[in-house]
Amino acid sequence: MSADRALDPAAGPAARPSVGPPPNLSAGPALAPAAGRGPDPTDPVLDIGDLSVVYRTPAGDVRAVDHVNLALGAGEVIGLVGESGSGKSTLVYGACRLLRAPALVTSGSVTYRGRRVSRPADLLKMDSDELRRLRWREIAIVFQSAMNALNPVLRVRDQLLDVIHAHLKMPRDEAREKAASLLDLVGISRSRLRSYPHELSGGMRQRVMIAMALATDPEIVIMDEPTTALDVVVQRDILAQIVELKERLGFSILFITHDLSLLLELADRIAVMYAGQLLEVGTADEIHREPSHPYTMGLLNSFPSLRGPRRELAGIPGSPPDLHHPPPGCPFLPRCGYGTAACLEVDMRLLPVATAADPEHVTACPFVLPGTPAPGVQGPTGATGPADVRTTREPGA
Amino acid sequence: MSFIVRRLIFYVVAAWAALTINFFIPRLMPGNAVESIMAKFPGTLQPSAYRALEAMLGVGHPGSIWHQYWAYLVNISHFNFGTSVAEYPAQVSTLLAETLPWTITLVGTATVIAFLIGTGLGILAGWRHGGSLDRVLLGLMFLQAIPYFFFALILLELFALKLHVFPVGQGYGEGLIPGWHWDFIGSAVYHSLLPALTIVLTSIAGWMLTMRNVMITTVGEDYVVAAQAKGLPNRRVIFSYAARNALLPQLQGFALAVGFVVSGALIMEIVFSYPGIGLLLLNSVTSDDYPVMQAVFLVITFAVLLANLIVDVIIVFVDPRARVREAR
Amino acid sequence: MTVAPPAITADPTAVAEEAAQPGRWRRMPTKAKVGAFLLGFFVLAAIIGPLVTPYDPSYQNPSPSASMNAPSAAHLLGTTQTGQDVLSQLLVGIRLTLELAIVVGVVATVLAVIVGVAAAYLGGFWDELLSLVTNVFLVIPALPLLIVLLGYPSLRGEWPTIIVLSGLGWPWGARVIRAQTLAIRSRDFVAASQETGERTWRIITVEIIPNEVSLIAASFVNTVLYAIGASVALAFIGLADLNTWSLGTILYWAESQQALQLGAWWWFVPPGLAVALIGTALVLLNTGIDELGNPRLRDASSASRIAGHWLPPADPTPVLADVSQHRGPVTRFLHSFSRSSLLDEAGGGGS
Repeated sequence: MSADRALDPAAGPAARPSVGPPPNLSAGPALAPAAGRGPDPTDPVLDIGDLSVVYRTPAGDVRAVDHVNLALGAGEVIGLVGESGSGKSTLVYGACRLLRAPALVTSGSVTYRGRRVSRPADLLKMDSDELRRLRWREIAIVFQSAMNALNPVLRVRDQLLDVIHAHLKMPRDEAREKAASLLDLVGISRSRLRSYPHELSGGMRQRVMIAMALATDPEIVIMDEPTTALDVVVQRDILAQIVELKERLGFSILFITHDLSLLLELADRIAVMYAGQLLEVGTADEIHREPSHPYTMGLLNSFPSLRGPRRELAGIPGSPPDLHHPPPGCPFLPRCGYGTAACLEVDMRLLPVATAADPEHVTACPFVLPGTPAPGVQGPTGATGPADVRTTREPGA
Repeated sequence: MSFIVRRLIFYVVAAWAALTINFFIPRLMPGNAVESIMAKFPGTLQPSAYRALEAMLGVGHPGSIWHQYWAYLVNISHFNFGTSVAEYPAQVSTLLAETLPWTITLVGTATVIAFLIGTGLGILAGWRHGGSLDRVLLGLMFLQAIPYFFFALILLELFALKLHVFPVGQGYGEGLIPGWHWDFIGSAVYHSLLPALTIVLTSIAGWMLTMRNVMITTVGEDYVVAAQAKGLPNRRVIFSYAARNALLPQLQGFALAVGFVVSGALIMEIVFSYPGIGLLLLNSVTSDDYPVMQAVFLVITFAVLLANLIVDVIIVFVDPRARVREAR
Repeated sequence: MTVAPPAITADPTAVAEEAAQPGRWRRMPTKAKVGAFLLGFFVLAAIIGPLVTPYDPSYQNPSPSASMNAPSAAHLLGTTQTGQDVLSQLLVGIRLTLELAIVVGVVATVLAVIVGVAAAYLGGFWDELLSLVTNVFLVIPALPLLIVLLGYPSLRGEWPTIIVLSGLGWPWGARVIRAQTLAIRSRDFVAASQETGERTWRIITVEIIPNEVSLIAASFVNTVLYAIGASVALAFIGLADLNTWSLGTILYWAESQQALQLGAWWWFVPPGLAVALIGTALVLLNTGIDELGNPRLRDASSASRIAGHWLPPADPTPVLADVSQHRGPVTRFLHSFSRSSLLDEAGGGGS
């Protein structure tokens, strides 16, 4: 499988269920630069293809992640943005197979290509021993709340040594020196090795978490809202440190957050997730200047922009759909100011934005172009706009 | 106030409360109750024993109630629990000293073994919940619901009377003189096996169930997911990350439940005619030996408090947060 | 720098918890259902049992041929040494034992709620005091204290036993209810009603108590369990009104007449088994309540049946292709409806 797979949903054999007649697929050839070449340094290090994750509940499956494609290039920073329950964490943890039953991966592949592995490997086909060797050595995670992610009854040193001993063969004193130098790396005094997590401040805990993530020199670092629990000043420090370390060590970052404004500054590319599906993917610049999906526009409108044009601030009224009974067509329809009856039958493929210069800027909405003003009144009443549409919808799918 | 200081204050208060309850029970009995007790003994008791009983019940004793209370506390602090009525002139403290070691050895060892096995099984059942151990747990829950003494009688009937695998009750073989020699120790261990088995089998399920539930909750904690994300060996994830944290509530549960378990075990001693404090208690009940009854209550309470104290020390040792936390 | 967008907390499990729930009874854990059925059976026996007893449980048949009869058509559970009918004793005994335990359960639970809520609400000194009293009563072993108290003949009998058992049975419930009340009290909706000037009394009855139903139920079930265990044990050592028939006194008489040694298992085993089964029912019921209150424990039972097969919950996220490859025909059949592409790939060996 090649790099284009990530952006071209039609490349895989995963035929999406079409509710209506498939829209015109004009984009295909433009996206596929060169098929059938061998391993290439430009291949993505992590290639999530057609991944679906469900939660098995007595009342039926909850489709938390629905046929998602996403690729992370070497040295790239991808931001994954979405509100709570959009499935962004489920996507990433599912790809790393860290979700517990009743979560179940129902389709897809997660291909890892790192410098240290001889050939691409699919995480979804690994047994638990292979996975254990790959985890953290290749893909490390900075968890949302370091307070909860650090074991409260083990000293910082022991938790660092756990990682070092699990993946790197080195003598004991060398490992201890390594643990100490990791704290140097994130600017924490070595004396903190003897501390327990509860003895550290929030910022320090998050730094320890980052130090731990870098202990094995991983190819990919997943950052799951690493700064959400921190106050603004500490947030800035830590983000600056992440950027600096990334430049120095050259890992790739998959950054999960609900804060789009943060990604605009930090990420190379941004993927917008909603109700288990990707709605829009593009470079940070494109997303900022030319948001194409109404949901992305809504997210951008929920905070003031410093650099872009002045916009009227507005939240997105309504709430995400019930994934037990996903609505047909576009999941954002009930909250969308642009909604029409055609949205009920839209196929959620990511297609290039017609007006965008960059063919890799893709959107799931084939109807709205960047800059299109919303019909009717936007704002709190916007949610009730397509009410007629909503009443005709039956959860029969 | 640190955790340790708080707990120490708590133990002092609890001990004082037990002593005070014990002091006031006979004195708060309705008057006719005391009279009826006194009426049972005249003639059958030596005059000095009768006076001892009077003193204990607070009848015809000189001095105000506070004076009596003070005298009582002083006596207890010297391990002077008065005189047994039924086995006059034996001192209650002597009777306690004869029986307590048996109970502490048997009940203490069996309870700790049951706790360790139950917690171990609970760790595994919680880690692989829904697995085959959960079905074993259902069976054990039934065993737990059986009254100790009933289970003891059934075991005694089956293994001692029918199959002759174990001796019929008592603490050691007849004709042996208690002492530190192998004949006696071997016999004592042999006699304690069936009672110990009763305690272990009936109390394992409780420890297992609570540990399993705590473990299931703990396994969902971020630090356990993180430990798996770190690619640590399963053993390390289970024991150092999940179980070690789950053990803290489990230990607190042990401290709270140890009184129940020990009480049940006392009744079981009766079935096995085991020469412990439970049998002493039953004998004192059947012979209306109030001084012994009350002393046994005090001793058991103090034993439970001691067990709690030990658990607290272990918690402080295992949980770094307990050393600084303002907890109760 | 931009201002923070509307705060949204990320919770990967939120989706799973939003799941629509079918009927209340159907979503009860199996354990709770079994427990409820078992308990219902005994409650029914307690209600109608005494009305349909074949004999007067205390009637002593003077005929020597009626002594220690094995179960027969005339005496379904045989007879005692004095020719009394064991089944009749059992039916009356279940009633008395359950009656006592339920009364103790109600009284002790009410006490627990009062003490727990009061401690959490009054706070400060009163909280310290009530918590201290609760914890002290929690560590003082109840059974030896009961034995000492009931050792005084004037306290023997049903009502004194109920009072003493209730008086010692509340601390466990009070402790957990206090903790829960503190937690609920700090939640937004309660704080809001305090702000709007709702009366404390109204907040407690309308906002707090309804949110503690499962905890109070668990506390009640636990207390009933304790009351049965304690009352049977006390009766067994003779500290009860031995002229009445409860499961404990039946066991007392059976033991004192050497029923087991004489081979009269029908006299000794049924009452003990009844206690064990009632106890099991209560434990099962409590486990079920726990699972209802703690979604993780509940998920545990459904997690085990991914695609109809048990999978270790804490292992790597299962992949449907693997699940169906090594699994039985039913799963493979279900799996044939999946629109997963991986399956096709796996079949063709590509990747």
